[in-house]
Amino acid sequence: MLSRRLQRGAAAAITAIAAAVLIFFIGLPLLSIFLRVPLSTLVHQLHSQVARDALAVSLKTSLTSLAFIVVVGTPVAHLIATKRFPGRNVLATFLELPLVLPPVVAGIALFAAFGRLGLLGHQLYALHIHIPFTWVAVVMAQSFVSMPFYVRQATAGFASVDRQLVGASRTLGAGPARSFFRIETPLSSRSLSAGATLAWARALGEFGATALFAGSLPGITQTLPLAVYAEFSALNFNATLAMSALLVAVSFAILLVVRIAFNWRVA
Amino acid sequence: MTAQSLSVELHHPLRQFELDVRFDLGAETLALVGPSGAGKTSVLRAIAGLLHPKQGVIVAGDTTLVDTRRRVMLPPEDRAVGMMFQEGALFPHMSVAKNVAYGLRPRPRSRAERRQRVQELLERFSIASLAKARPGEISGGERQRVALARAVGRSPRVLLLDEPLSALDSVTKAQVSAELARWLGELHLPTVLVSHDFEDVAGLADRVVVVDRGKVIQDATMDEFLDAPASRFVAAFTGVNYFEGAASAAGERSEVALRPTGTVVAAVPAAGPVAVVVDPWSVRIEPGAEAVARPNTLAGPVVQISRLGGTARVKVGSTPPVVAEVPPARLAGLALEQGQVVTARWTPEDVRVLPAGGTSTAGRLPRPR
Repeated sequence: MLSRRLQRGAAAAITAIAAAVLIFFIGLPLLSIFLRVPLSTLVHQLHSQVARDALAVSLKTSLTSLAFIVVVGTPVAHLIATKRFPGRNVLATFLELPLVLPPVVAGIALFAAFGRLGLLGHQLYALHIHIPFTWVAVVMAQSFVSMPFYVRQATAGFASVDRQLVGASRTLGAGPARSFFRIETPLSSRSLSAGATLAWARALGEFGATALFAGSLPGITQTLPLAVYAEFSALNFNATLAMSALLVAVSFAILLVVRIAFNWRVA
Repeated sequence: MTAQSLSVELHHPLRQFELDVRFDLGAETLALVGPSGAGKTSVLRAIAGLLHPKQGVIVAGDTTLVDTRRRVMLPPEDRAVGMMFQEGALFPHMSVAKNVAYGLRPRPRSRAERRQRVQELLERFSIASLAKARPGEISGGERQRVALARAVGRSPRVLLLDEPLSALDSVTKAQVSAELARWLGELHLPTVLVSHDFEDVAGLADRVVVVDRGKVIQDATMDEFLDAPASRFVAAFTGVNYFEGAASAAGERSEVALRPTGTVVAAVPAAGPVAVVVDPWSVRIEPGAEAVARPNTLAGPVVQISRLGGTARVKVGSTPPVVAEVPPARLAGLALEQGQVVTARWTPEDVRVLPAGGTSTAGRLPRPR
């Protein structure tokens, strides 16, 4: 039998090894993007039209997706968290489905619904609405795959608010809307911001569904991940690395800013 | 001015039983007392508008809050019912002052007026020094004061208090209870207070409604309760001795044969099935037991001694068991120990005889607590 001290030592060693493996496994590839080519080459590559267009498209579409997700996802999350109704579990499960679907399937699903030959294709065509291969298609693809990240977190956040506090708010003369904005939202702000950050990060990195449903038209639908792949296919290795570095830097900045803003604990 | 009043009639299915209560009150404090899970809080929630009763009528003053027949169901925010929740339910992300100010919208309208009103409330409830503190940083007693200040800030027409004392330690409880009694006297509102502990409401309530499993067992003033508990269940709540038996007249007096054993002589005439009530402070404890039990005595081992301040409550494991309140001077002389055999004795003049089955709830078995 191991002595207590030995057990503690072993536990510490295992933790240290695990941490080292993880840092090596995640840190090294990310770092090599920056180290593979000289910094001057990276900066030079970023001035290219393709890179600037891709960054602009990425920011525009991912922020639009985020806004859409928050506006639509918040009331639904609140409903699931606070009300008991038939079909509640089915609804919650449906909204989580994009989490487990491969993004390519998401793209095909969007095509099957809104494409020219899709379920609503005729009606949309009659109204002269053409969605595939537009920036709206990018937003739809990103929202489709990112929505669950926000809805899940927001639902957990609203569910954790003591219903008695909402009751107290109501007896103090606040209607449902005021109770929502003054009590429920501030008390679940951590979950809401965490969910929004995750959803935004997921939207920014979206590739498969976008490629299928929106294509890769430079300046219109070509987001940073799609531009990276396009450059990679064209064997422009330096440009690929430069844009990958850009994506890493932007993602890191987003996560860091949000983390500091909400004073998250590392735990 | 309209008369201050509250009238409640509710029928609502709960998980285990049907809530079925009815009471009226004026500008007085009514305590709903009953064991945990008796449906007391559901009554408060229905008055506040947080629970929609299946059937019922609730009228506060001249305003109908609920009338299920006429499909009236005012939302909580339009009821002007102040509620002090169990453990306060203060908003944890707001300061004490913000909590109190929360209820002051839309009136008064101006910011300066609102600030002044908050200041008045904070001073009135002696919490001005806590204005900037968060609810998590103040004590349980202080939280209750903030909760009350917040609830009365909107000048409600009815006040509801859900277990205002149960979350407090015994020292704080006595203090908050005294404060609460004073404030309730000043506010002079129809007030419904809920508690699972009869002693907690003793100094606060003008009237008591005992509720069990959703039903009203007894509705009476505090004195009436102690004098004539409607059932063994109610007696257990108030802490008086309650025996059941059969009475036979003996001149001006009566003799009651207790179940299962014992005889009580009362100074009043009675006959037939009765309940006998003896206050604990009328019972004397004497060491030892006589060979043949005499009337108005019960002998048995001491099963419990609970000291409360100077006095002690001594429970004697006789059949039926009896509780005596022993004054401090006598307590020292007796030197009681658990298991020691003692005799509990009282006089015929201390015995109150109530008709058994005289109340609608007779025959109901008291629930084990």
